Amino acid sequence: MNDVVAALGGIGLGDRLLTGPAALAAFSSDAQTAFQQRAIAVVVAETVGEVQAAVRVCHAAGVPFVARGSGTSLSGGSLPVEGGVLIALNRMNRVLRVDADTRTAVVEPGVINLDVTRAATPHGLYYAPDPSSQSICTIGGNIAFNSGGAHCLLHGMTSNHVLGVRVVLPDGELAELGGPSAETPGPDWTGLFCGSEGLFGIVVEATLRLMPVPEAVRTSLAVYDSLEAAGDAVAQIVRAGLLPVALEIMDALAIEAAEASVKPGYPPGATALLIVELEGERDVVDADAARLDALLTASGAREFLATEDLDERALIWKGRKAAFSAVGWLAPDYIVQDGVVPRTRLGEALVEIGRMSEESGIRVANVFHAGDGNLHPLILFDSAVPGELERAERLGGDILRLCIALGGSITGEHGVGIEKREYLPLMYAPDDLAAMRRLRDGVDPAGLANPGKMLAPEAA
Amino acid sequence: MTLVAASAADVREAVLSTDGPLLPVAGATKPALSTAQDTAATPLDVSALRGITSYDPAELTFTARAGTPVREAAAALAEHGQYLPFDPPLADAGATLGGAVAAGVSGSGAFRHGGVRDFIIGVRLVDGTGSLIAGGGQVVKNAAGFDLPKLMVGSAGRLGVLTELSFKVFPHPRATTTLSFEPLGRDAALATVARLARGPVALDALDVEPTPDGSRRILARIGGDPAALDARAVRLASYVEAPHERLAPDEETALWRDTGELRWAAPGALVARIPVTAPAIPMLDAFLAAHRAAARWTLGANAVWVAWPAELPPRELGDALAGLGLTAVALTGTGGPLLGARRGGAFAARVRGALDPDGRFAGADLA
Ligand SMILES: Cc1cc2nc3c(=O)[nH]c(=O)nc-3n(C[C@H](O)[C@H](O)[C@H](O)COP(=O)(O)OP(=O)(O)OC[C@H]3O[C@@H](n4cnc5c(N)ncnc54)[C@H](O)[C@@H]3O)c2cc1C
Repeated sequence: MNDVVAALGGIGLGDRLLTGPAALAAFSSDAQTAFQQRAIAVVVAETVGEVQAAVRVCHAAGVPFVARGSGTSLSGGSLPVEGGVLIALNRMNRVLRVDADTRTAVVEPGVINLDVTRAATPHGLYYAPDPSSQSICTIGGNIAFNSGGAHCLLHGMTSNHVLGVRVVLPDGELAELGGPSAETPGPDWTGLFCGSEGLFGIVVEATLRLMPVPEAVRTSLAVYDSLEAAGDAVAQIVRAGLLPVALEIMDALAIEAAEASVKPGYPPGATALLIVELEGERDVVDADAARLDALLTASGAREFLATEDLDERALIWKGRKAAFSAVGWLAPDYIVQDGVVPRTRLGEALVEIGRMSEESGIRVANVFHAGDGNLHPLILFDSAVPGELERAERLGGDILRLCIALGGSITGEHGVGIEKREYLPLMYAPDDLAAMRRLRDGVDPAGLANPGKMLAPEAA
Repeated sequence: MTLVAASAADVREAVLSTDGPLLPVAGATKPALSTAQDTAATPLDVSALRGITSYDPAELTFTARAGTPVREAAAALAEHGQYLPFDPPLADAGATLGGAVAAGVSGSGAFRHGGVRDFIIGVRLVDGTGSLIAGGGQVVKNAAGFDLPKLMVGSAGRLGVLTELSFKVFPHPRATTTLSFEPLGRDAALATVARLARGPVALDALDVEPTPDGSRRILARIGGDPAALDARAVRLASYVEAPHERLAPDEETALWRDTGELRWAAPGALVARIPVTAPAIPMLDAFLAAHRAAARWTLGANAVWVAWPAELPPRELGDALAGLGLTAVALTGTGGPLLGARRGGAFAARVRGALDPDGRFAGADLA
């Protein structure tokens, strides 16, 4: 172990090789703080060469390594592994190029998601994937998890916006996947790399697709007396052939949390809120808005408002985007989940989650991407109360099983990480998992890149 | 000899019991992909592996066996006002969903919402070890496990045999119209395409076809609410300096159908698709013009269709592309599946080795 640290010292990182206890403690978890582990050293990389050198040192010594962007993973993805090195990429944070004519940006992996849009804005362009954490999370982390956001209903996930990546493979070799075009000739290697949770190596550069800033954005907020009614409205919107960019629902507890924290000023007494956003060309938004308003009126909304005003829209979204941290006002601890169900079975899923919550005596707040069936149950508990953590975890597991039983997935955008790896075998058959392991072993025969994440260690 | 598989079990059996490489074929509309380049591969006919296995319009997802004709899928979707937004080419000629995914080539309509990779959500396939594996799922959002569905896009039957596919689908635009502009010079056409692609008018397709005198005709299609279409067409025209004609409804339908059926290419030509970005076009274009190869830009200059004359060796195109750092996917003619530069490096080689360790497929063609 000391040999590795000594070898890393030879890379010329200077004070960017961290080994002191305080520094190691600062990197000992991601946003899923239930898991804690210290790395033996943290490499704060500033260049591709340094990443490559650090990976080579690890490979030569047979020491595992974990890449880290901003550490906002909610599934233990960027948790260090025992006896391993952490490679921090947040200093590789330059937008290298924005090309307005090809509508692409080339960025380093540690660039903050929102900074891509900031760099593109002067060209009338923006980067579409918008996780709620977009002001802090990095493109490298987004790629590793194929992160989503409220607007992926229309625009897709991170991988739909990543055209090419330059990667350091787990033995230090560089590979270029994809390119600047919207289309890839031959197998979509880039697509496979996206969402691989750091198990295939480290992204050191990415070419991203940018989109024109829409000229009109119209956000509607509809208030319902029941979750079911809000869910039915979603089904009607989909059936009518409308294509909103976002369809989000919050339940009473989530609304209460939002009001207690960021105070978005949602209509009082709402049992469920539906946020619908239309964007695009002026004429298209106007035509769709007329149909949407008619639908919402007929859907039994107690009241609804629609606005294109930037500040008013921001306020509507503020409550939604702050929902995770807001529930901190309702309970000392929470677990956020990310299961997916077929959109037509959302209602069923919510009723069942409500029942399970009541049964276990653990409160659950629901905010979710209703348009694509991606739930975010926030399981509220107090770890100081004996047994609550265990009950909360059990409830979380039951919710994931429910999602699988309904034909969905254990994660829509937060990744499997360490938190949900035991559930992957419930979703995929042994042969499917064996193929995933073969892929992993083929790319990383020594098993050094983020081991133990996504795929649980095989029983000896 | 051609092997025939009518079920996933048949495919497994074929993979496990055949010596030498296999190459799946279904609609045979893209012979450059379904025939092997240097190896004597045994064709595996999977066209009997067909049929829609699940489709709930309210779900906006669609699952079918891989040999299902695109036309059949499109008809089922159209009954509910939905469509495959990646607009797979050669549908009328008999292309199948599996072939569309394996080619990884989208049609002109993909300009609006994205290509095959943006709409595939689940796969079942038999890999080179004979194991039947599933990746992804039938829900539109799923971050669990490696993204095998995307890997299969463009895999050209050389990483596994697809048996079943799931897609997300979208509502079809309720009305469409197309503007055809008077031809421009190459550079003016490129600049105009770049301007149009940056909005504000959202286009369903943005193609540029060559004219006999070497200039370029921009074809732009818009779709959506019928009430807004006229105003949008006027607005679209205002962003282009050249005069335009608005095509009659049957004319525009025929135009896009013929484009997708590759009817613009001379019979016998090698038709290939070259992903590019605009800055690469002038040099590519000059090379193709010098060889009298028709070049049609599509996806807002993100890809170039080329019809390489039958009498010229495909290798000459491949060498030139390699020199430009470009890669073509060949659909017809011989010399496929890929011409020009190779991508993916060590990563590609390792993934291929993991899925097909014993060389059951003609994967060497990809390297
Ligand atoms: C308040 C809050 C709200 C959130 N909202 C959303 C949301 O709306 N949607 C959503 O999808 N997620 C959301 N997340 C989760 C999280 O922000 C995302 O998963 C994000 O992509 C992680 O980025 P990061 O830079 O923090 O990555 P990290 O946490 O540092 O790392 C995440 C994973 O990526 C790997 N990794 C990091 N960099 C690289 C690289 N360069 N190459 C290879 N692998 C790498 C790590 O090893 C790890 O496995 C939220 C999190 C919080 C705390």
